[in-house]
Amino acid sequence: MNTSHYCPHTPEEIQEMLAAIGVSSVEELFAPIPAELRCSTFNLPAGMSEFETYAKLQAVAADNNQNLSLFIGGGFYDHVIPAAVDHLSGRAEFYTAYTPYQPECSQGTLQALFEYQTAICRLTGLDVSNASLYDGATGLAEAALMAMRATNRTKVVVDGCVSPIARQVLATYLSNQDAELVELPPLDGLLNREELAKQLDANTAAVLVQYPNVFGGVEDFSGLADQAHAAGALLVTAVYPVALGILKSPGELGADIAVGDGQSLGNPLSFGGPSFGFIAAKKSHIRNMPGRIVGETVDKNGKRGFVLTLQAREQHIKRHKATSNICSNQSLCALRGLIFLAAIGKQGLADLARLNRDKAEYAKARLAELPGVVVLQTAPTFNEFTISLPKPAEAVVAALLDKGIAAGMPLGRFYAGSENMLVVTVTEKRSKKEIDQLVKALEVALCN
Amino acid sequence: MQLIYEKSVSGRRGVMLPVSDVPAAADLPQNLLRSETAGLPELSELDMVRHFTNLSRRNFSVDTNFYPLGSCTMKYNAKVLENAANLFAPLHPLTAFLPGGAELCQGALGMLYDLGQMLADITGMDEVTTQPLAGAHGEMTGMLLVAAYHKAKGNKKKYVVVPDSSHGTNPASAAMVGYEIITIPTAPYGDMDLELFKQAMNGEVAAVMMTCPNTLGLFNPYIKEIADIAHSHDALMYYDGANLNAIMGKVRPGDVGFDVVHVNLHKTFGTPHGGGGPGSGPVGVKKSLIPFLPMPRIIHDEVSGKLQIQTDNPLSIGRTANFFGNFGVMVKAYTYMIMLGREGLIQVSEQAVLNANYIKEKLKGYFDLPYSQTCMHEVVFSASKQLAQGVHAIDIAKFLIDKGYHPPTVYFPLIVKEAIMIEPTETESKATMDAFIEVMIEAAKQAEADPDSFAAMPVSMPVTRLDETRAARSQTVCCLG
Repeated sequence: MNTSHYCPHTPEEIQEMLAAIGVSSVEELFAPIPAELRCSTFNLPAGMSEFETYAKLQAVAADNNQNLSLFIGGGFYDHVIPAAVDHLSGRAEFYTAYTPYQPECSQGTLQALFEYQTAICRLTGLDVSNASLYDGATGLAEAALMAMRATNRTKVVVDGCVSPIARQVLATYLSNQDAELVELPPLDGLLNREELAKQLDANTAAVLVQYPNVFGGVEDFSGLADQAHAAGALLVTAVYPVALGILKSPGELGADIAVGDGQSLGNPLSFGGPSFGFIAAKKSHIRNMPGRIVGETVDKNGKRGFVLTLQAREQHIKRHKATSNICSNQSLCALRGLIFLAAIGKQGLADLARLNRDKAEYAKARLAELPGVVVLQTAPTFNEFTISLPKPAEAVVAALLDKGIAAGMPLGRFYAGSENMLVVTVTEKRSKKEIDQLVKALEVALCN
Repeated sequence: MQLIYEKSVSGRRGVMLPVSDVPAAADLPQNLLRSETAGLPELSELDMVRHFTNLSRRNFSVDTNFYPLGSCTMKYNAKVLENAANLFAPLHPLTAFLPGGAELCQGALGMLYDLGQMLADITGMDEVTTQPLAGAHGEMTGMLLVAAYHKAKGNKKKYVVVPDSSHGTNPASAAMVGYEIITIPTAPYGDMDLELFKQAMNGEVAAVMMTCPNTLGLFNPYIKEIADIAHSHDALMYYDGANLNAIMGKVRPGDVGFDVVHVNLHKTFGTPHGGGGPGSGPVGVKKSLIPFLPMPRIIHDEVSGKLQIQTDNPLSIGRTANFFGNFGVMVKAYTYMIMLGREGLIQVSEQAVLNANYIKEKLKGYFDLPYSQTCMHEVVFSASKQLAQGVHAIDIAKFLIDKGYHPPTVYFPLIVKEAIMIEPTETESKATMDAFIEVMIEAAKQAEADPDSFAAMPVSMPVTRLDETRAARSQTVCCLG
């Protein structure tokens, strides 16, 4: 056995260890595996140095177009990330630690997660937050399951304006549960309140809505919480955390549970992950929360400290009766979220939100000037909006992609009859010049 | 240490944002706006940087301390992995779903495909989905695949069988998919009791979930027989890959009879644990389960040689997460795998097993060893000897903290009283383990000589033992300010 990457023993040390154990070879230690089960094939290529490996990864990365002008979102947003986020989350004391089950030697992670939970509570206007979930889509599914536990009901009503990707994940999570999932088709890009009223009954656990919704619309959800509560159901809102810099919080809307994807808070696009999901709720629901929660307490000397708390909800204690099967979460990504919010700061997040809206409104106005382009006007928007084109959106997007512009997300594959509809996303990172180029390229594509 | 909110000063600004190059938009209607700005921190960048740097110093971590946490495989996380993952930071996942977009992501899609192929090779499976975001998420995905398989065959199945030594996620994941749990006790030989298993099996069992080697660090000698019995009832065999670090290149779950496997990239393949995540839990399946794999699925087109994305398949269990899973974690695992290569991965398992047996041999005279046979990558002791003096496993854990060691896993598996579960991993040197062994022996001796001394430990940390009951009662989980 030769020493290689990260296996430090010298041949002499191996001999000493074998002698201590009382066997003559490492192979003897594998004797418990019945001989007839031993590996006959194991075909991986030979290893290489870290330098050759990195060069190979550089080649893999180069085989992507990572220089597109991005006007796409769909739950993942191209936002600025302060340099401090990488450097601080890149402290090995954070990223090479495990779950803080031993609190005395994990106060760094625990306090950071407590501060993260606080940031999520303050952003959402709710009382309690957990220490993160996997992503926004699984967060929505966990919120539905949480509402079912809290109400002891099995029907979940989801607005068709919620992200189609999140709704697909929700459907997968509920597919083998004793649950009924009802989707309300959108009405002009908005929640169909009349249909909702019909679906609110004695078995409805939750109403799930999203703002801004998949069309970009920021709908006025005043009165919705009262409507749900009157039927004994909970209101769950999926939210975009950057938008909460200015938008009314779920708590102000009377929502019981808020969820969302934290990618936009300091996590790179990274082809879709890792990001993190957040979930916050009214205090009365804390025992139905999934996942780890950090709580404040004191030590033997009365000094403040932090621990994982209410663990009797979790799988390592409750096994099949746990509130969720989740174990690992997205702790480091949540830490990035906290550092992002701390770096940008209170006023900074509000300014960032306004900057997004300014850019998007400029793009919206410019695009509306193009012949045949109609903006969906049923609700005010944040940094995404929907336009209708005079020809199929897929073809137009393909044409612009050739010019290095990801012009938007065509809606046709998610909503029948929406083949000409395109959702355009404009974050603070898109310059006026890029927006003008998008408008020009779209004008050309529409003429051809 | 003060909370970051306690350090905030009203009106202080941190990082500057770009100046707008477009006209300001009209305000949104008042009824859509929040009544007051969210109470986020207000610090200078330097104060913020000091805050988090000082917080980080209140952690033990692999880079600062030996971390022999059983069942968690806290191996060294190579630095080049971080550099590799950063190469893909600007790639938007939706690009791949735009018309013609897959063409612009061939590198990323190819990496995912190759990673799946390598994992299939290591585990003896036919295809792998990288979508699951963690081990437990992989388990749930696997159970959804099991349910879809039985549904397609018209099988009426109700139960999932697990040994009582299993990870809590196993029964919890099966319950997420609507199954009831049958728990089989562990036999004196340290694994699921074969006779009781035979008695429990019936036509309504959908799957048997096993960890092999199990959470006692033991390889089940009857695993093939168990698989054969399960299959005779058309029950599928599920492999919890938490302990894969023990067996790479030695035995493949697929060859033993497992039908579904999840792999914890954050354990076996060297990606950092991040203080609790992100992990990644790809799931491998045998041919019979491929039709049910989650969407999107990456397909290699033999004719064009290009990678394509399949998004619609009526038999699929659907989507289990946003896009392709925790891509950045997979870049790290892929980097690790191609760097170590075939021989390197075999050596990983060999030295992981060697290290665990070395510690077992050196400590067995001092701590009770309920299952004394050759272990694989981890060894489970009991503090029952020390308990006779009033010293618990948790006390020994706190003793270790004061000596600069992250404690082993304690009180798991649940079937061992006062369990102390040690997994050194392959990346630790003999010198590090010898020093740890010395300290463990010192703990055993001190438990005899001065058992009362443990109650005050740890004394070297920012806090002493914390009042967990108070935390659960007060439910203070944020600072509302």
